[in-house]
This record gives sequence, structure tokens and C-alpha cells, in this order.
Amino acid sequence: MKARVWPFIGAVAVLALLIALPDILRPYYVGLATRMLIFALFAMSLDLLLGYAGLASLGHAAYFGVAAYTIALLVLRAGVDSGIAFPAALVAAAIIGALFAPLALRARGSYFLMITFALAQVVWSVAFGWRSLTNGDDGMPGVTRPYFGWSLDNTTSFYYFALAVIGIAALLLFAIVKSPFGRALRGIRESESRMQALGYNVWRHQYAAFVLSAFFAGIAGALYAYFNRFVGPEYLYVVQSAEALIMVILGGAGTLLGPAIGAALIVFLEDFVSSLTEHWVLVLGVIYVLVTLFAPRGLIGLYVDFRQRRALK
Amino acid sequence: MTALAVENVCKNFGGVAALAGVSFDVNEGERRVLLGPNGAGKTTLFHTISGNLMPSAGRVALFGLDITRLRPDLRARHGLARTFQITNLFPRLTVLDSVLLALGGIDGQRLQLFQPPSRQRTRYGEAARLLDRWGLAGTAERIVRTLSYGEQRQLEIALALAGKPRLLLLDEPTAGLSPAETRRVVALVRELPRDMTILMIEHDMDVAFELADRIAVMHQGRLIAEGDEAAIRANQQVTDIYLGAE
Ligand SMILES: Nc1ncnc2c1ncn2[C@@H]1O[C@H](COP(=O)(O)OP(=O)(O)OP(=O)(O)O)[C@@H](O)[C@H]1O
Ligand SMILES: [Mg+2]
Repeated sequence: MKARVWPFIGAVAVLALLIALPDILRPYYVGLATRMLIFALFAMSLDLLLGYAGLASLGHAAYFGVAAYTIALLVLRAGVDSGIAFPAALVAAAIIGALFAPLALRARGSYFLMITFALAQVVWSVAFGWRSLTNGDDGMPGVTRPYFGWSLDNTTSFYYFALAVIGIAALLLFAIVKSPFGRALRGIRESESRMQALGYNVWRHQYAAFVLSAFFAGIAGALYAYFNRFVGPEYLYVVQSAEALIMVILGGAGTLLGPAIGAALIVFLEDFVSSLTEHWVLVLGVIYVLVTLFAPRGLIGLYVDFRQRRALK
Repeated sequence: MTALAVENVCKNFGGVAALAGVSFDVNEGERRVLLGPNGAGKTTLFHTISGNLMPSAGRVALFGLDITRLRPDLRARHGLARTFQITNLFPRLTVLDSVLLALGGIDGQRLQLFQPPSRQRTRYGEAARLLDRWGLAGTAERIVRTLSYGEQRQLEIALALAGKPRLLLLDEPTAGLSPAETRRVVALVRELPRDMTILMIEHDMDVAFELADRIAVMHQGRLIAEGDEAAIRANQQVTDIYLGAE
């Protein structure tokens, strides 16, 4: 009984804290918290693929960035309403996922990683090179935020908007991994041949996981375009993809909660470190090495081990 | 009716012919044991029947349906289930999750993002009964990796049985088990419904003769003898290459 009560109390407490946050923190930190939430969703979307389906993608920025660029292009180039651009962005991310998945799923392990990386680089080079459409590396400033009867232009109201969207997305992700589909993904991660022998269409499950993962990454990317009122090719860049991988691994792949915590920590650290040094990528590399050496199952893994050791005493 | 028809199946690995034209039929409801020394090609034959390997030549039919080129998961849908000689489980999942996955195999072509609570309850009930039957009831919440070797081997069979197969392939189900565990597995296999066809690779002679209606013996990628216990015991070639070596 106790085991069920505590996570519930914890969730309520975290939610209460998240809702109260704008009353406690200065606007700068409310903005930082918004970024933490956005990247928490981005990391969770990658976790569906990496932690559950067992497919390590180094191209997840593609779906994040495609959604962001869809918003910017529709709003700035086609004059589409910013709110209507939102579902279009999610569809665009899912379509790119649906197109890339068959190519990537021909391979496994590090080859899967290389293919997803290469595909994302293609998207990046389009955004970078097609200057007349995307402004190249200057990016596209002036993205407006959607208007749903009330303005999202101040930090607090946008924070609540992002919190609501990300909260719903996170609940959906939790429901997906708890469903028989989610269990099947974990089975596939553990043994594809056994799952096939049991009658599972392994490819179809992996494909669906890939597209869903791209879709949820798209939600994060669309929110990020609104948040910054700007998109640039760095949204699509390999550093963004690698950062997402490190967030997942730092927090603990296959737990959803872990990657969300990992993302929040990395975003916080990046904010803190970049005021001291320009060598953020170097710091990121060091974090990666430390985690793989000392906490291969991430922070959640460390916590579980700690609990077990205490229970044994 | 013929449950399984294997016709002139060949499999080459590079230059090595692991299967050099194997043909035999297994009738519905029959218990057939496949004997043969190490490297005879028994596991390779299983792989071509279950679809894990494509034969270089030949034909495999399951209840009259040509399955030679069919994907393994679709063969499972046509009533085929198997165990693996090298334990092939879900190391980091719980025993209960493993069994639920096995029971869910019949829906394995669909993406089940939602399961009605009633179906969920039935599945949990079925899972509990299956674990009980295979002496694994106490292990439901354990992580598969932490089970003993014997428990893992029994789980392997339990998973294969979850989908109520019409043809069951068992690859050395008793290898590495203690005498007590072996007796338990033999008893449980004997109790399986008689309309379930079983093809089983077995090194233990006593087990083989106890369970088999008919026996087939393989050697160097070929079938060298087929028959009941007496015929196999009387076969000079079998005695020379197999029984003689014991
Ligand atoms: N994937 C493979 N690649 C190359 N050679 C293989 C492969 N699998 C099996 N072989 C070879 O094919 C032959 C038959 O192997 P197989 O595993 O089918 O034998 P087996 O009868 O199951 O033996 P055992 O009783 O040891 O399990 C052996 O010579 C083996 O080395
Ligand atoms: Mg073998």
C-alpha cells in the first residue's frame, strides 16, 4: 500500500510546486523553468525510442527542429495563424519520422545511430543552406505565439501554457509505456527473436515507436519555437541530438521520469555553465563520460540501487 | 493430417552444409524426438521451421500451408511455437511481464495502445495459472535475469505454451537441468493436450524414449534413421555414431 501512496503524494507535490513556480521565482527563472519543461518532453520523447524500444537515435533534433521550422515558415512565410501552425508542426514532425523510420530500421545498434544521425544532418543542411527560405544560419526571428483568447506574451502565461501542453503529453507518454504496446516495446528491446517467435510484428511496433517519438519531439520543438520567438539551424544540429541522448542516459533510460529529470539538470547546468565558459560541449562530454562510468543506469538507477542497499540492511 | 512436412531442406553456411537435404513428416498429435550428435544440424533445422533462418533449398509446410518464406511472427499465428536451445528470454523484465507478453502474442500484429480492463483481468488470470502450472508461481515479480537456470528453462517452455500452439518445437528442454527438474519437465510435457503436436530435440536417451511416439536421428545434416524405439535401438548405424559414443 505504502509503495503506491508515496509516488502519488510526490506527483501531487511536484505539480503543486510547478503551478506555484511563477509566484516564487523571478521571471528569468520562470523562463528557465519553461525551457527545462520543454527539454524534459524532448528527452522523454527520445526515451520512448531509446529506453523502451531499445533504439538509440542520434538524430532526434530532426523532429524537434522540423516542427519548430514548420511553425516559423507557416507564420512568417505563409502568414498562417500561429495557433493553427501548431498541429501542422506536429504532423510535419510525425511525417518526417514516418519517412525516416523505414531507412533507419534497416539497421540496429550503432548503425541505427549512424543512419539517424545522417538523416538529421540532411535536414539540418537544408535549413542551413536554403537561405532564401530559412535565412540560413541567421535563423528566423519574429515567430509569434498563439492566441487562444488570452495572450501568451508574458513569461508567466507562456509558462502555464507550456506546462499544460507538456503535462498532457507526458501523461500520454506514460499511458503509452504502460499499455500492452509499451510492454511489447520493452520485450522487443530485450529480444526481437523471442518476440517474433511469440507472434509479434516487431517491425510494425518499432515503426510506431519511431513515429510516436518523432511526434512528441515535435511538440517540444513547436513549443521551443514559440518560447524563443525564433528558430535557427542549431535546433536541428547534432549537438542538440547528442544533448537529448545525454539527458536520457543521465536520468536513466527506460523510465520516462529519469530523462525528464536529466533534461532539467542539463538545461539548468547549461544556463549556469555558459555564464562561466564557452566550452559547454566539453562540459557535456565530461558529464557523459562520468555517467557511463559511474551511473550507467542513470540517476534513477543510482536511486534504485541506493534503496535496495538500504532495504538489505 | 500432417502437422509438419519438411521436404528436402538444405542450409549452407558459407561452404558448410549444415542441412544436406532433410525430409520428414510429423503427424498431428504425434510426439517426435529428434536425436543426433553435436553439430548434426538439429537446431539449424528448427530455425528453418520457425523462420529464424531461410533454407537454401527445400520446402516447409505447416498443416498443409507452405511456410518456407513466411515471417516467423506469422508462423506463430499459424500455430507454431518454439523454445530456444540458448535461453532466449527477456532478461530485464519480470516473469509476469514475460508471460503477459507471451499471452499477448495473439494480438501481436496490432498495436495495442489501449486494453479494456476486462481483457487485462483475464490475461492476469491466465498468466497466474500458467505460472502455477510450471512451478513458477512464486517468481511472478522477479526479474527474469535473477531466476535460476532451471527456472529460466521452464519459463522458456511456459512462454512457448502461452499461445496454445498446435505445433510445439522444443530445443533440448532438459539440457542442464537437475534430475528432479528434468522429471518435472518430462511430466509436464507428457500432460500436454494430446492434440498438440510436439517436435523435440533431446540428448537424454531416457527422456527421448519416454516421450517419443517416433524418433528421427540426424547426422551430418542428414536424416539417417526414423522409427519407433525398437527400430532405433536396432539400427546399427545409429548405434555406431550415436549410442556407441555415449
Ligand atoms: N550461424 C551459423 N553460422 C555458421 N555455421 C553454423 C551456424 N549455425 C550452425 N552452424 C554450423 O552448422 C552445423 C550444425 O549446427 P546445429 O547448431 O544445427 O547443430 P545441433 O545438431 O543443434 O548441435 P547441438 O547438439 O550441439 O546443439 C554445425 O557444424 C555448426 O557449426
Ligand atoms: Mg542444437
